[in-house]
Amino acid sequence: MLDKNGIAKRIAKEVKDGYYVNLGIGIPTLVANFVREDISVEFQSENGVLGMGPFPFEGEEDADIINAGKQTITTLAGASFFDSATSFAMIRGQHVDLTILGAMEVSDKGDIANWKIPGKMVKGMGGAMDLVASAENIIVAMMHTNKAGKSKLLKKCSLPLTGVACVKKIVTNLAVLEITANGFKLLERAPGVSVEDIRKATEGNLIIEGTVPEMQL
Amino acid sequence: MIRKTVANVEEALEGVQDSMTLMLGGFGLCGIPENAITELVRLGVTDLICISNNAGVDDFGLGLLLQKRQVKKMISSYVGENDEFERQMLSGELEVELTPQGTLAEKCKAAQAGFPAFYTPAGYGTEVAEGKETREFNGKMYVLEEAFKADFSFVKAWKGDAAGNLVFKGTARNFNPCMCGAAKITVAEVEELVPVGTLDPNQIHVPGIFVQRIFEGKAYEKRIEQRTVQSRA
Repeated sequence: MLDKNGIAKRIAKEVKDGYYVNLGIGIPTLVANFVREDISVEFQSENGVLGMGPFPFEGEEDADIINAGKQTITTLAGASFFDSATSFAMIRGQHVDLTILGAMEVSDKGDIANWKIPGKMVKGMGGAMDLVASAENIIVAMMHTNKAGKSKLLKKCSLPLTGVACVKKIVTNLAVLEITANGFKLLERAPGVSVEDIRKATEGNLIIEGTVPEMQL
Repeated sequence: MIRKTVANVEEALEGVQDSMTLMLGGFGLCGIPENAITELVRLGVTDLICISNNAGVDDFGLGLLLQKRQVKKMISSYVGENDEFERQMLSGELEVELTPQGTLAEKCKAAQAGFPAFYTPAGYGTEVAEGKETREFNGKMYVLEEAFKADFSFVKAWKGDAAGNLVFKGTARNFNPCMCGAAKITVAEVEELVPVGTLDPNQIHVPGIFVQRIFEGKAYEKRIEQRTVQSRA
């Protein structure tokens, strides 16, 4: 079974040379730490920066340079700043190659819910609806089950949707799955996790074909 | 040259009244019009409709207006990090229209550019699209979103001049340029009001035509919401 860093490490393998990548808040942010150093990748943050670098050294933080999580950041050589409309032109216009975001629920049709729990938590969708409606390549990073032990991979999302039929791939603490016309296709198992463990933790339609390999981290 | 300078924040906010619709720039607490917000609190105007990506934190930014119950309705994309906001919203005291962030930016830009509405894929199939016209283009579904209509737009820039030209710094740019010229009156506050002619025309982010009033703001706190650093070790 993987921890949050393990999920990020596995997703980092999906990041290819020449990609512009948008990372959501939470586990997706950790992906930047595991991207191979021999490839060229630029991270976009929807508040208006392309070419994000690591966190600043203590004393060098600048209130005017933050990421979408409102954390202080630095920029790398070749970076640029822009306004919010330009930022979403990059996203909506499909200029960003890969979007990685978290989710509360994903359905076996690729629907995603990650912005609202009616009557309880309403923080808003931020840029998530624009991202999922536009991106060609969306990977969800999340735990396979919620804190109560219930599956987050469902036949149908119970929470208000962020987008419909948009998720392509899911990486959880247990598995890598791909959304296909017939449901979640199991691609890889996390180290020490059996196909049966994954079957038990998945409420939506799970497709298992042949031998499912263990993830190579 | 047409001069846009006003003497101070009091003059800059002349004409702001109860029940008006206001646009406020900023992302989180980054690039927010601190001086205009302080003056709105002092004026005590109420029943405001505020268009702003976020709602500040409990004791800073738009949170100050919320604490005084001056806001009737917020139009935002993300409103976490503010307990008072969440309390007012869940109890029904505060009306909230959550809008996808890119749509929010484009509703400002449409108002600025004279487009009454536009189609976006964001929110299709979700509650955001409920009651809105949808249409298919090239096999994909889109939602019709209308331009904002606002009375005042309050933005914050790094540098500006008397002609109303603006230059921003870092990610403090965010929604500010999109909101310039998107309301009947745009008020720009700047950290530094420089003599006309010193800003390079090639490097202007917002041309002065989109700004009606400009002044040099005072005592910027520029609070950091999530101070995140790495050690030198």
